[in-house]
Amino acid sequence: MGVFDPLIELSKGLGETLRSFLFEKTVTVQYPEEKRPVHPRFRGRHVLKRYDNGLEKCIGCSLCAAACPADAIFVEASENTDEKRFSPGERYASTYEINMLRCIYCGFCEDACPTEAIVLGDNYELSFYDRRDAIYGKEMLLEPVPSDQMLTPRKVEAGVFTRSVPEMKDPTD
Amino acid sequence: MTKQVSLTINGTQVTVPEGTLVVDAAKMAGIDIPVFCHHPKLEPVGMCRMCLVEIGRPMLDRTTGQVVMENGQPKIQFMPKLETACTNRVSEGMVVMTLSDKAKDGQQGTVEFLLTSHPLDCPVCDKGGECPLQNLTMGFGPGKSRFIYDEKLHLEKQVPLGELIWLDRERCIQCARCIRFQDEIAGEAVLGFDERGRNTQIVSLSDPGFDSVFSGNTTDICPVGALTTADFRFGARPWELKAQASICTQCPVGCNTTLNTRREAKSGGDIVVKRVMPRQNEEVNEIWLCDKGRFAYHYAESKKRLTKPLVRKDEKLARASWDAAVKLAAENFSANKKDFVVLASGRLANEDLFNLKSLADTAGGKAILYSDMAGGELTRLVGVGAGTNIGTMGAGDVILVVASDLYEEAPIWWLRVKQAADRGATLIVANPRATKLDRFAKYTIRYAYGDEIKTIHDFEKKSKISDEFAKAKNAIVFFGSDGLGVSGTGALASACANLLKDTEHVGRPNNGLIGVWQRANDQGAFEIGFEPEEDLAKALKGKSVYIVGADPVGDDPNLAKALNGAKFVAVQDILETETTEIADVVFPAQAFTEREGTFVSGERRVQRFYAAVPAQGDSKPDFAITSMVAKQMGVILEGSSPSVVFDILSHSIDAFNELTYEKLAELHGQWPIVGRGDLYYGGTTYENTQGLGVQLMPVAQVEGTVKLSKVRKEAALRPKEKELLAVPVNKLYDLGVTIASAELLEQRIGDVYVSMHSATAKKLDVEVGSLVKLSFDGVNGEAVVKIDDTISTGVVLVPRSMGIAIHEPTLAKVK
Repeated sequence: MGVFDPLIELSKGLGETLRSFLFEKTVTVQYPEEKRPVHPRFRGRHVLKRYDNGLEKCIGCSLCAAACPADAIFVEASENTDEKRFSPGERYASTYEINMLRCIYCGFCEDACPTEAIVLGDNYELSFYDRRDAIYGKEMLLEPVPSDQMLTPRKVEAGVFTRSVPEMKDPTD
Repeated sequence: MTKQVSLTINGTQVTVPEGTLVVDAAKMAGIDIPVFCHHPKLEPVGMCRMCLVEIGRPMLDRTTGQVVMENGQPKIQFMPKLETACTNRVSEGMVVMTLSDKAKDGQQGTVEFLLTSHPLDCPVCDKGGECPLQNLTMGFGPGKSRFIYDEKLHLEKQVPLGELIWLDRERCIQCARCIRFQDEIAGEAVLGFDERGRNTQIVSLSDPGFDSVFSGNTTDICPVGALTTADFRFGARPWELKAQASICTQCPVGCNTTLNTRREAKSGGDIVVKRVMPRQNEEVNEIWLCDKGRFAYHYAESKKRLTKPLVRKDEKLARASWDAAVKLAAENFSANKKDFVVLASGRLANEDLFNLKSLADTAGGKAILYSDMAGGELTRLVGVGAGTNIGTMGAGDVILVVASDLYEEAPIWWLRVKQAADRGATLIVANPRATKLDRFAKYTIRYAYGDEIKTIHDFEKKSKISDEFAKAKNAIVFFGSDGLGVSGTGALASACANLLKDTEHVGRPNNGLIGVWQRANDQGAFEIGFEPEEDLAKALKGKSVYIVGADPVGDDPNLAKALNGAKFVAVQDILETETTEIADVVFPAQAFTEREGTFVSGERRVQRFYAAVPAQGDSKPDFAITSMVAKQMGVILEGSSPSVVFDILSHSIDAFNELTYEKLAELHGQWPIVGRGDLYYGGTTYENTQGLGVQLMPVAQVEGTVKLSKVRKEAALRPKEKELLAVPVNKLYDLGVTIASAELLEQRIGDVYVSMHSATAKKLDVEVGSLVKLSFDGVNGEAVVKIDDTISTGVVLVPRSMGIAIHEPTLAKVK
């Protein structure tokens, strides 16, 4: 073994470093200034969705709470009227709470939802100063309305939104 | 004993009484045949076709009439088509197959058909989770549908049948259980079918809509979510509710109930009662509950609840510590030992009443029951015998109802008495005016107010009615307070007791006297030794009074005057009342939903209720508060465990015969089978898992004989030519504190009214619907005039607890 052999090995290694520095894309992300996109099926913090017309998809059926293995969801329902309509049909969620400290992000709530109202989104930045703050209410979970005219509750034409669950289509179609 | 019949169901040998329906026989053997329209309490109709099974019967030789044998076995002949198990009665040697391919095919077809016009909106349906259609679709359905979805029937979804019950026309499967319940069991045919074919719908035939006090039961037996209650509408999903056994506190029937509880956001995250459901007890309420019991529970959560002890300081009530409040009360009671009076009502549990009575006895005070009715010492002597079950009374038995409108005073007794009459029992209704029970009575005796005792004495004379009463196999007498006060009911009870004794209808099951008391535990108060007072105002004046569970100031201006002249007033209650306003000390008590205890029903059944929700504020159970006060007065009473108080009670009062909480929690098998696992069969009524209670034996049953004092001859108050007699009557939905908090029932409470004969109205020159001023005995009030021509003339009926204080018949003036 020659005297310079270690230096050769060293320069080989440094060369590799230099090559990756010059020619490879950087792996490090400058979080929180910079955020890496999540995978399409990533399960982050929940969002309560709206229909295109701004009405809430959630009908307060509490099936998400029933499916939840961590008992993190609490739902209470009330009755819609055409004067004060939150969601299509008779029933809407007047209380909707998720305890984010309890949630295990399994996505069972999504699976159980008959109206695809609850969706696990891509937000993973959940931190709280107080345990109480970990309970997210309906106002925090609902996605923003597309326009100001679509706020809920709102007055709607009578007799239009009579069905809670979107009409089932003929399976043979 | 009825003849037994043996048959084979799914290869299992089953022996049942003759006349049993195949579906019930299968249920007895633990085999489930799916049903929608069949209900074990209703007559079979075979409307839904869900119970299709294969039925075979032994083949008979036409010439000899003998069973044809084949290989040593009877040859079974099956019908070519499926039969309904709910309309076929069992016969000897019958073979039933419920799981054969053919039977399954029939059942699957029925489910598939039913679902063609069912909306499948289970997520928003109040029945979802405890729904027979859901369960049977999973258990017996085909799993998929060949139906074209575009042809789904869309109908109205929010149809209020009345203000209490909502109909969803889409969900209805036209099983007619609700219609049949109202027809057959409640005897009030206020529902019916309208139109035909796919347009068939349930409609209310009455005005106001669904005018029945049993309407809530239809939501229990509805096999789908078509009928739901306005009270529980979207209240919670059934699986989120916790269940705790309780006893209804509204009347002396003592219906077994289940309180469903859950956390509620609008109550600040507290656990509250979300709904009241009936709990099966075939000897008390079967599987039913009246609307008052079901919907009037809200008073325990009222905003007016007392949560802290209060003490009067500088003319105002101010918050105080328990120690200070108890000490103040005890010092005043001790200082006025001679004038110490305990005034308690039958809203309290036995444990509370026992401690109060013990305190009054040791301190040398008087224990008064806050009630317009007397006669409790007689129900102790000749009350109905242990083992009484009105549900078993029928042909050959007699039930006499005197001076009581059972429909208004104790609806479930009304229902049970009506059904006994349907089964053939002779019902005699003696009342000074027409009541809803008259329709089912074989004999109706109409007497003038004041003639109650005479009417009972007439039973001693020979007549068709008295003959039938005397010769009856069993006889029960219900006596009430229609037109009577303390002295009147006392005399009436005594007359009834003597009649029962003379005709030898005492000391046996299904025989004896029942008081239709005003409150749930009046019977318990009588057992413990409380007595009502004829002149309560006099008994309170100038005394040192301990008022528990009563609102005399709010009820009667005369009592208010008397209490204002009292030396010292301590009030113990769950709600702020007008009486707490004048009190020197106020103790906050716990509601029946928050603590344990026992009640004695009018049929003398001791029953337990359990704590379902946490106590509000600093409130304590009544018996514990009494024990604290007693301790300060130097009397030691148990104050921590209700079961220990009950043990002491049952060892010191003979009738309780050393009962314990454990004995009260005992169960035995009941028919029909109901409960969470058998929703499709009995409805959503809860099964009884926490105790059926124990019926006390009256003295006549224990000793075989009984001594009764002679009837006091009361000089009956009768109106003279120009006089007007005001008499008290009872109303189901009144303005009492236990009902007024239920917003839903407001409409049923209605206006303050008085009713009189049209001739009386003419004489007084008042018209129907006009407002009149009524005054008597220091009481003034305004009321709307109603006409009832079945009342005797010269009499005006004033409902109790409707704003005009009336306790007993009294001469009045009307303007």
